[in-house]
Amino acid sequence: MTGFHTAADLRHACELKAAHPDATLIAGGTDVMVGLNFGHTSPAALLDVSRVPELREWSREDDTIVLGAGVPYTRIVDELGGALPGLARAARTIGSAQIRNRATVGGNLGTASPAGDALPPLLAARASIELASLRGTRRVPARDFFLGPGRSVLADDEIVAAVRIPVAAGAEQFAKLGPRNAMVIAVASVAVTLDPPRRRVGCAVGSAAPTPVVAGDAETFAGAELDWDGRRELPASVTARFAELAAAATAPIDDVRGTAGYRRHAVAVLARRTLTWAWQEYRRS
Amino acid sequence: MRVDLEVNGVRRSLDGVREGESLLHLLRERVGLPGSKNACEQGECGSCTVYLDETAVCACLVAAGQAQDSRVVTVEGLADGAELHPVQRAFVEAGAVQCGFCTPGLVVTVHDLLARTSDPGEAEIREALAGNLCRCTGYEKIFDAVRLAAGEAR
Ligand SMILES: Cc1cc2nc3c(=O)[nH]c(=O)nc-3n(C[C@H](O)[C@H](O)[C@H](O)COP(=O)(O)OP(=O)(O)OC[C@H]3O[C@@H](n4cnc5c(N)ncnc54)[C@H](O)[C@@H]3O)c2cc1C
Ligand code: FES
Ligand code: FES
Repeated sequence: MTGFHTAADLRHACELKAAHPDATLIAGGTDVMVGLNFGHTSPAALLDVSRVPELREWSREDDTIVLGAGVPYTRIVDELGGALPGLARAARTIGSAQIRNRATVGGNLGTASPAGDALPPLLAARASIELASLRGTRRVPARDFFLGPGRSVLADDEIVAAVRIPVAAGAEQFAKLGPRNAMVIAVASVAVTLDPPRRRVGCAVGSAAPTPVVAGDAETFAGAELDWDGRRELPASVTARFAELAAAATAPIDDVRGTAGYRRHAVAVLARRTLTWAWQEYRRS
Repeated sequence: MRVDLEVNGVRRSLDGVREGESLLHLLRERVGLPGSKNACEQGECGSCTVYLDETAVCACLVAAGQAQDSRVVTVEGLADGAELHPVQRAFVEAGAVQCGFCTPGLVVTVHDLLARTSDPGEAEIREALAGNLCRCTGYEKIFDAVRLAAGEAR
């Protein structure tokens, strides 16, 4: 490695990225440094964006939270639990306190792992990703961002500047399955959002396909079947069908953390639970 | 490259730092502070926990260059001269140290927890310590030390 560049602000970061397209961005470093420490990766240079002020802020624009890509998870948990309960719940399950103090949503998007825990809540909430470069800024729906494991639409000269996430219109839940209560890569995860004004459900699944995936059929089914006005208890037939459709949206693999069959089953169970919790919350509200 | 930072209150300028080097390596090998331990280099064990600008982080996951102009406090910076910090004393008194490899990281983590919450509940303690592994004690004595230090702080 021959270079270490420190970006002072977003404009500077875009200039540096344009000048050094082969440099690896580093924010919290919790993925990048593991690769470097073990010699798994040998980037030409590092481009530090951890102090870019625009990336470290969040703001509210009407019913949207504009979350800078470099806001660490600890702050998401502490400051955004009310506006973005789904993302905050997921953030709280990530790594340990030390990891959450550094790691960022921008890094989770950059790594583009199907197991990235911040990702299903972004898909479920129909967030969009703001990408910045010297060419300008573009917005991509989170649902269209991922191309495969470790691959996204992010171009060589681009930086994730922010994520635009609708303020929760109703209950949002997230559940993740792993062998321990902390510090685990998800075997499977599910995010569910309820949007009562639009009578719309969001549902996305992690760790069960080459990318985080939207369970579109489950969303459409639940949106139509839920008793939005009467708020009656969820019939078991609805949760069962929802769970089945969520599992059907996945394309899991066998690996050291679980078999494909186990993952499909886990997704069904997590989908049933998250919908049930979200619905209970809606009924009480 | 060159990195300037403050470590335990002392300004340092370090030359010849590798671009991909970790803050942990810089602290141990260049500054000569071996308190922060190098056990996993992948954020799993917490034995390298230090303060970076008042935030508890795994030093193995911070690139040395990211610490330019920052203030770092390591476990060596917690005691007041020969006087141990109350968290350190609590670890000794509770018998929370066996081989001691995990201790520096745990001391910093507990220091951080008690700086934020003077009276942490059981669940809070467990959540705060989830990123620190200990192969020896079975954790119970460590939880005793946290409660002891918290009681003393109150
Ligand atoms: C011990 C440990 C536990 C972990 N546990 C979890 C977990 O439970 N769940 C989970 O999802 N992840 C987990 N991770 C992985 C990691 O913490 C997350 O992926 C985190 O979100 C990465 O953020 P970061 O800021 O540290 O990224 P970095 O390591 O700085 O960067 C990661 C990638 O994103 C790119 N990047 C960073 N910022 C930007 C940007 N603004 N624009 C474009 N690209 C960017 C980098 O170039 C790199 O490719 C864990 C990691 C460790 C070490
Ligand atoms: S050495 Fe840094 S967490 Fe283990
Ligand atoms: S005392 Fe030996 S690892 Fe904790």
